[in-house]
Amino acid sequence: MEKDYEDIPGTFVFDADRSREGYHLNQFCISLRLQANRDRFQADEKTYLDAYPMTSDQRDAVLNRDWNRLLELGGNIYYTSKLAANDGINFQNLAGLMTGMGVEEYRKMMVEGGRPIEGNRYKSEWGEE
Amino acid sequence: MARITAGIGCSHVPAIGVAMDLGNTHEPYWQPVFKGFEKSREWQKENNPDVIFMVYNDHCTAFDASCIPTFALGCAAEFQPADEGFGPRPVPVVKNHQKMASHIAQSLILDEFDITIMNEMEVDHGLTVPLSVMYGEIPQDGEWPALVIPLCVNVVQYPAPTGNRCYNLGKAIRRAIESYDEDLNVHIYGTGGMSHQLQYKRAGLINPEWDNDFLDRLTTDPVGLSQMPHVEYLREAGSEGVEMVMWHVMRGALNDDITEVHRFYHVPASNTAVGHIIFENHA
Ligand SMILES: [Fe+2]
Repeated sequence: MEKDYEDIPGTFVFDADRSREGYHLNQFCISLRLQANRDRFQADEKTYLDAYPMTSDQRDAVLNRDWNRLLELGGNIYYTSKLAANDGINFQNLAGLMTGMGVEEYRKMMVEGGRPIEGNRYKSEWGEE
Repeated sequence: MARITAGIGCSHVPAIGVAMDLGNTHEPYWQPVFKGFEKSREWQKENNPDVIFMVYNDHCTAFDASCIPTFALGCAAEFQPADEGFGPRPVPVVKNHQKMASHIAQSLILDEFDITIMNEMEVDHGLTVPLSVMYGEIPQDGEWPALVIPLCVNVVQYPAPTGNRCYNLGKAIRRAIESYDEDLNVHIYGTGGMSHQLQYKRAGLINPEWDNDFLDRLTTDPVGLSQMPHVEYLREAGSEGVEMVMWHVMRGALNDDITEVHRFYHVPASNTAVGHIIFENHA
């Protein structure tokens, strides 16, 4: 199927291919929605992760809290935000981390009106192909 | 006969719920957001419906990746506010008009909209935040002033249903509601948006010009607007801006000619442009 959205910069559209790749990673993330699971995960992260047959790259990205890598490996933001919530990180602070701007600078950008659309529509505008 | 007297479009930013739950609504950051809903709350008091038909999306809360229905109708007697990772919101349980919900489910399926029926479901901020902004703070042991029929739309895994499909579903929902044999005042909500991107390096995208054009066309050119392809939402309104297809369900359930009684737009609430509109639907 043609992907007419692949030329949008700095964006992963969570389509069937990404969903397939990230399935076990995302199922792990959503399990943290429940307090009992958050308690078990906090007690021993590695043992908890053994129950989810994800790739070793995905597993490392979880353990290292590499938020962008999680998305590159098929994670979806609504799932990975559950891992962030487990760490006490809300959506805005998570965005600050993913953009590389840091929490304060990102918050300031939002208060000033957010990231403008001009120059942010196409990968070519970011010098990417 | 039940009838739809109003349609409401409303963002459902989780941080708005958090601000209300923590009592932070008078902070300078939040003041302009809640000021925009003052008129809505007055209007809501004067026009309180018996039933709210709430079109919203679940944010990987009630639905995990194992099952992704495109349209899921809540037919349970009630819906508990879900724990989304920080504990459940301290708001009342959401009560359904269960008999009407079952009627709508049957009517939609016979009308060739093959929806999923949910007899157990928790509800996340997508549903409870619009109730909170319209009704204000209600204690957890209190009651929402209306019954709520939830319709959950997949907008997480691409592709969401098309705007055209959503618009036509709105028409089928209207037929279903108007064929229900009880004299009920119903409001329909389309929630989510407006422009926002929560993920990766383009996070924080906001497009006020596009958002305001969307609100204008929702009022005056709903059919044309419903033809917008997904890639335009993704590109112009951010990857999470595609939530706005849900507003077409609401608009499709109303007359072509409606009265816009209130509109509000503000940037930002957390990562998101807040958009809100109230349409009155005349018989
Ligand atoms: Fe949402």
